Amino acid sequence: MSKRIEVRDLNVYYGKFLAVEGVNLEIEPRSVTAFIGPSGCGKSTFLRTLNRMHEVIPGARVEGEVLIDGNNLYDPDVDPVLVRRQVGMVFQRPNPFPTMSIKENVLAGVKLNNKRISKSDADDLVEKSLLGANLWNEVKDRLDRPGSGLSGGQQQRLCIARAIAVAPEVILMDEPCSALDPISTLAIEDLIEELKLQYTIVIVTHNMQQASRVSDKTAFFNIAGTGKPGNLIEYADTTTIFSNPSVKATEDYVSGRFG
Amino acid sequence: MSTASTAIKAKQRPGDRVFSGSAVFAGSMILVTLAAVALFLIVQSIPAFFASHEDASILPESFWSYVGPLLFGTIWAAALALIMAVPISIGIALFISHYAPRRLASVLGYIVDLLAAVPSVVFGLWGIGVLAPAVQPIYAWLVDNVGWFPLFSGPVSGTGRTILTAGIVLAVMVLPIMTAICREVFLQTPVLHEEAALALGATRWEMIRTAVLPFGRSGIVSAAVLGLGRALGETMAVAMVLSASGAVTFQLLTSVNPSTIAANIALSFPEAFGINVNVLIATGLILFIVTFVVNAIARWIVSRRQEFSGAN
Repeated sequence: MSKRIEVRDLNVYYGKFLAVEGVNLEIEPRSVTAFIGPSGCGKSTFLRTLNRMHEVIPGARVEGEVLIDGNNLYDPDVDPVLVRRQVGMVFQRPNPFPTMSIKENVLAGVKLNNKRISKSDADDLVEKSLLGANLWNEVKDRLDRPGSGLSGGQQQRLCIARAIAVAPEVILMDEPCSALDPISTLAIEDLIEELKLQYTIVIVTHNMQQASRVSDKTAFFNIAGTGKPGNLIEYADTTTIFSNPSVKATEDYVSGRFG
Repeated sequence: MSTASTAIKAKQRPGDRVFSGSAVFAGSMILVTLAAVALFLIVQSIPAFFASHEDASILPESFWSYVGPLLFGTIWAAALALIMAVPISIGIALFISHYAPRRLASVLGYIVDLLAAVPSVVFGLWGIGVLAPAVQPIYAWLVDNVGWFPLFSGPVSGTGRTILTAGIVLAVMVLPIMTAICREVFLQTPVLHEEAALALGATRWEMIRTAVLPFGRSGIVSAAVLGLGRALGETMAVAMVLSASGAVTFQLLTSVNPSTIAANIALSFPEAFGINVNVLIATGLILFIVTFVVNAIARWIVSRRQEFSGAN
C-alpha cells in the first residue's frame, strides 16, 4: 500500500518565477515526513508537486523528477488524474463537499474511480474509512446528514476518511491542523500515528512541536529573501533536526531565533 | 439582563440623515411603482372579467376562453425556449469558467453580454428574414420523416414562422442573461472544493460534476427562472416571428399556432376600442401574475440555497 518517494533536482516555476529550486529528497515507505520552514519558502508548493496538484494553478510547471517506486510522475505519458488517485491529499482548511452527506463525501472518490459499487460494499467501505479516520463513533448515527454540519476537526477527519477511502499509496497533508483547536489537532496527530502503519505520509506544518511529535524525518525549507526561490536547507531524522542540526539556519529556525 | 432598557442613541450627523433619507426614498419608489402598475392593471381589468361578446368584439365568449389559449401559447413558447437555452447556456458558462483559456474566456464573456444588448426588434427581423426561411426545409423534412411523433405532425408550415421558430428566437434572447448568471455562479465555486475533487483523482469533467454543478445548482435554477420570466414577457420578437391562429396545440411545425399574451397585446392594441382595451389590459394582468409567480418561485429556490452556501 505504501511507496517510496524519490525527488531528484526538482525546480518548480510559476510562469517565469522560480519558486522552489534544486530539491533532492528520499522518503521511505510507512514513515511520516514533515516539511517545516517560514511562510512563502515553497514547502506547500513542493508538496503539491508530489501529486501534480500544482498544475491546477495556471503557468505552474516543474523541472526534474519525482519517482514513486521508481516511476517518474512527470513522464510525458503519465496521466495526472491517475497520479492523484495514488497520492491523496488533505488540505489546510477542511473541505468536505457541502452538498453531500457524510456518507457521500466518503464515497466521493470511490464513485469517481469505480462507478459501480454495491450498496453493502459501499457501507463497508464507509465504515472502514471512517474507522480509519477515527470518526466512525462520532458520526455513525448521522451518515446521511450534511458533512458541513460537523465541527472543524471532524470535518478534517472526514476529509482524511475521504482520502483513504480510495486506498492511495501516499497521503499528503498541507497544514492539516492549522485551522483546528488543540483537542482536534491531537485527534489528527493520533490518527497520523495510526495511518503511518499503512501509508507514506508527508505533512507540511508551521507547528514545530507538531513536527517533532508526529514525524520520523523532517525537511527544513528556507528562502533567501523575497523574490528568491525556496531551497531545501536540511533533511534528516526529526530528532537530529530538533536537537543537533548541522546547518545554522535550521538551528535558528527550530529554536525560534531568526536570521 | 433587561434592567437597563434605555436604548443608546447614535449621534445623528447631517450626512447620515441625507444619505439614509435618499436610500429610503429610492427603496420605497420601487414599491410605489410596482403598486401603481398593479393598481392600474387591476382597475382597468375589472370590466373585462365580466364582459361578453356583446360588450367586447374580440371576445369569443367569456374573457377566460379568450385568455386561455394565449396563456397556453405564452407558457408553451417560453418552455420551448427554456428547453433549448438551459443546456446551451450551462455549456457556454462552463466553457467560459472552466475550459477556455483566460483571454478567450473574457472575450467570449464580453460577446455574450453584447448579445444581451441586441434590441428585440432586431431578433424579430432576424427570425422572419433569416431563421424562418432557413428552418422551413428542416421542418418539412421532420414532418415527412418523423411525422408520426405528435409534436412533429403535419401539415408543415409554408413560411417556417411556427411556435418552434418563435421558441428558437426566444432561446437566443434569453441565452445571455442565463449564461451570465451561470458563469458568475460557477466562478464562485470555492477553489477548496474543486481541489478536493481533483485531489481525489477527478478528471476535469468529474470535478465539474462533483464540485461545480452541485454548488451552482440553485444558481442554475434561478438563472433558468429569470430566463423564463424574460421569455414569458417578450413581445416584439414573438409578434413579428409567430404566425398565430389562436389554437391550443402542442404541434410545433404547422401553421396552426397559439399566440402569446404579450405579442397579442402588441398586435391587437392599435385597433382596439372600448371594452376591448380593457380585455387586452386584463390579459396583461394575467401575464403580470404569471411572471410574478415565476419570480417568487425563483426567490424561494434561491433562498433555499443559503444552507448550502459552501461557506464552511
